[in-house]
Amino acid sequence: MYPSRFRYEAPRSIAEAISLLHEGGDDAKVLAGGQSLVPLMKLRFASPELIVDINNLPGLDYHQEDPDGTIRVGALCRHADLERSALLKSKQPVMRAAAPLIADPIVRNRGTLVGSLCHADPQGDWASVVTALGGHVIALGPDGRRAIPITEFVTGPFQNALAPDEIAVEAVIPAPKGTLAGGYLKLERRVGDFATVGVAAAIETSGDAVTRAGIALTGVGGSTISATDASQSLIGRPLTAGSIAEAADLAAAAARPRTDHRGSAEYKRHMVRTFVVRILGRTNGSVERAA
Amino acid sequence: MTIVYEDRGDEAASDVPVNRIRFSINGQKKIAEVEPRLLLSHLIRRGLGLTGTHMGCDTTNCGACTVLVDGRPVKSCTMLAVQADGHAIETVEGLSGRSELHPLQEGFKQEHGLQCGFCTPGMMMAAKALLTENPNPTEEDVRWALSGNLCRCTGYQNIVKSVLWAADKLRSQS
Repeated sequence: MYPSRFRYEAPRSIAEAISLLHEGGDDAKVLAGGQSLVPLMKLRFASPELIVDINNLPGLDYHQEDPDGTIRVGALCRHADLERSALLKSKQPVMRAAAPLIADPIVRNRGTLVGSLCHADPQGDWASVVTALGGHVIALGPDGRRAIPITEFVTGPFQNALAPDEIAVEAVIPAPKGTLAGGYLKLERRVGDFATVGVAAAIETSGDAVTRAGIALTGVGGSTISATDASQSLIGRPLTAGSIAEAADLAAAAARPRTDHRGSAEYKRHMVRTFVVRILGRTNGSVERAA
Repeated sequence: MTIVYEDRGDEAASDVPVNRIRFSINGQKKIAEVEPRLLLSHLIRRGLGLTGTHMGCDTTNCGACTVLVDGRPVKSCTMLAVQADGHAIETVEGLSGRSELHPLQEGFKQEHGLQCGFCTPGMMMAAKALLTENPNPTEEDVRWALSGNLCRCTGYQNIVKSVLWAADKLRSQS
């Protein structure tokens, strides 16, 4: 299999990339890691006429922490970089838990977090993680720069809020205000398969009480699901077996799973509940520990 | 080097987009003209005639087409050839010297790490990257590093042993 015919450009600056996208309009597509786009093009689900390869753009392969604790992930930071990251290991239990579960080790060498957000696959893991953490995406276009909250960035299955001439250059994870704990759990039939069910949970505590909570679900709906009722139920009180069970039930109720070859809707809903209990249960009493 | 493209019939030959790239393959410098939609795996197999890199699933699942790009394993069916511009590619043909097998190849021979052999080149390239990064891997490290490569014959047991054999040999050489 190979893609249909297209023109290829590999600009050396963001300004040049944006102007190429502007010129290409709806028929242009950004290529970063290519681990979703190239297979889609080979299957002819996508047939862009212009590919703007951003791999030669300088200075986008970073992931770093601002002095205030904000974490920024550049558009060319690969999953493998995040998997090996000392920063995430010490500071970001949710991202740290998710990175080794993305696709398989070889795909992780090319694929990018920002690309995964743009691809907006309902079974993509990073969108849930960034949703649970309350992150946003920085887009650059002819009219400048804007920050798009992740819940507005993913607009549907395989759809994002970018204009055709905008590039997502960075994902931003805000600094936790309390003590951050949580994790990501994923049920997959084998390494590299799409998630049957994935759950991301992030909890911030101050003293005994939960001050912020984010729970998001992968693969159990037409798009990434933010389980806001579940998150809200945790806020303002200590994490207990009772509050965890309540949040798990609310998260399972927020899921919209469909029966398919990966499992029945009932089973997937049950796994959402189980995963919430597992992540938060580990968090309970040991907020420092990563999943 | 010639690669023949399909004629869709609706455009002049001169309108077909072709890019010129410069790269190295197993240490040899090359320049190629490629249509952007040519996959790296096709450049390697058809353009360079190096058929050790196998195409299994063609859908980024099996890892048989794994090659090293600047030392990192990549599924060559999921990267455009034009993206190899400026990069160093290594394939299974680059493992052995003129007369000597690479310790990985020797390991697969000693430990019966293959049956049909189709997945073997990809396994070896993924293993090579692992042993470069971690010369003393545990069995679990090996299984983790090879988890993007599928084998339908062996049940993986002997593949893992082969890689551990090669790790021992490489350590004893250094």
